[in-house]
Amino acid sequence: MSAPELSAPSLDVALLREEFPILSRMVHGDRPLVYLDNAATTQKPEVVIESIVSFYRHHNANAHRAGHVLGTEVTSMYEEARGTVAESLGAESDEIIFTRGTTESLNLLAWSIGQHLAARLANGNIVLTEMEHHANIVPWQMLRERSGVELRVIPVMDDGGLDMGRASQLIDASTLIVSCVHVSNTLGTTNNVQALCAMARSVGAISIIDAAQSVASMSIDVRAIGCDALVFSGHKVYGPMGIGVAYVRRDLLAVLPPYQGGGSMITNVTFDRTTYADGPLRFEAGTPNIEGAVGLATALRWRNRLDLSRVLSHKSSLTERLVEGLRLRSSVRVHGTKQGHSGIVSFSVNGVHPQDLGIMLDSHGIAVRTGHHCTMPLTQRFGVNGTVRVSAAVYTSHDEIDRFFHAYDRVITLLQ
Amino acid sequence: MTTNPTIAEATDEIGAMLEALPDWEERFGAIMAMGRELGPYPEERRTDDFIIKGCQSRVWLYPELVGGRIHFHADSDALIVKGLVAVVIRIMQDRTPQEILAAPKDISERLGLAQHLSQNRSSGLASMLKQIRLYAVALSMRTSS
Repeated sequence: MSAPELSAPSLDVALLREEFPILSRMVHGDRPLVYLDNAATTQKPEVVIESIVSFYRHHNANAHRAGHVLGTEVTSMYEEARGTVAESLGAESDEIIFTRGTTESLNLLAWSIGQHLAARLANGNIVLTEMEHHANIVPWQMLRERSGVELRVIPVMDDGGLDMGRASQLIDASTLIVSCVHVSNTLGTTNNVQALCAMARSVGAISIIDAAQSVASMSIDVRAIGCDALVFSGHKVYGPMGIGVAYVRRDLLAVLPPYQGGGSMITNVTFDRTTYADGPLRFEAGTPNIEGAVGLATALRWRNRLDLSRVLSHKSSLTERLVEGLRLRSSVRVHGTKQGHSGIVSFSVNGVHPQDLGIMLDSHGIAVRTGHHCTMPLTQRFGVNGTVRVSAAVYTSHDEIDRFFHAYDRVITLLQ
Repeated sequence: MTTNPTIAEATDEIGAMLEALPDWEERFGAIMAMGRELGPYPEERRTDDFIIKGCQSRVWLYPELVGGRIHFHADSDALIVKGLVAVVIRIMQDRTPQEILAAPKDISERLGLAQHLSQNRSSGLASMLKQIRLYAVALSMRTSS
């Protein structure tokens, strides 16, 4: 079982970029790609791509089924991947469920926790925040439709932070679940999730953290955060698409009913009665995304070799350069002031439609995201239909931020 | 006597004009310029009934049947999309519903915009073309009865 050799990455950004084949691509003929849409998905280093290719070239078989050599190898690779994820989060292997991504993780939790708490939902409430991604809104609304549970929303303030005073009022004795984003995909705000989890714990509510935007560059320790569950996607942490994680604290996981039925999640099936597997396998019906899990583990090992404090200081300086550059330009409104080290900055330009700016920047090879970023309640709260979002990753260079501004200055004159 | 260009000819003519421009910034510049030439949109039709779904920006498209031909009015709150709807209208303007229904299905490819825009649902080019066909179907029933 040869895992591809990991090179030791440093924060020499130029060197780091060499590990990402796509970053040397030209677009629209001769324009170097400037990829600033990392909050949507990050690019993949060679070592991750190679781990997926290698899986199919040398190992492919189904996991947890066959006793032959390939089946045995693949089962170990899949379970080792689970171990790598657990280590990266400060959790245990039997607390890690593999899913398709953050969205499926949240749907799984909304379904299974909803079933678990069914008797209490009609008289209880679930607390979310105004800055949640639709993936952390819609599954709870679906649960509300089934059960009549009340949904409460912690407001976002003008600076892009949560109103923690309101949070302490909204979370009360009838709160059953608090589900909150760690780093906002639209504003770049990092929330005080420790405090929110402590509030949830004080009233006996289950806390869930959406860490989709934080895992790529922040050190995550589920015990230090104090959450009951934490979810993220592989593809936003330099890993492949279609694989994600739901960490669920062991004693909670033990009492949750399964989300989907099928192969591999059972211990015994008869037409009269089926008994379910213990542990995470109970939530992994059917053949899982094994190469995805292997690719994700490779990506996390790659990430874990970076000095995360240097990653954060690099991303802080990129964020600062972006925010300062935008503030210098006329008619620009940067949404929120708490971008910190997230690398995520959302802005609007008076009189300019974000879509126009996005298309014109793209014609210069600059990839940004425009629109509501799947956070429609939040963009409405800031009084806009959409924003332009620039999002940096560990491999983003200062030179790319300068190229962004160079293109911006050129195209804005055509749009104003 | 000169005949009006067919839908295919009008499409290819704009496609060739765009193709001749050196880069995408210039192409979008030309597309936005066509948007600026659109006539005023009737304010009483600026309602949700005439909004095209599936666009990141808002697009209004209102068809009027004049002497058996469809005359379109359109507007958008974004410049490039307004330009795209202007391109589509320039091709489709004042034609019979039957002509529109017989139009080639690869208009965005012929315009050279398919690779750049049509796969991107946010630009709404595909939605605009689909909406025009739907109006043509609806109005063809009125002209044939």
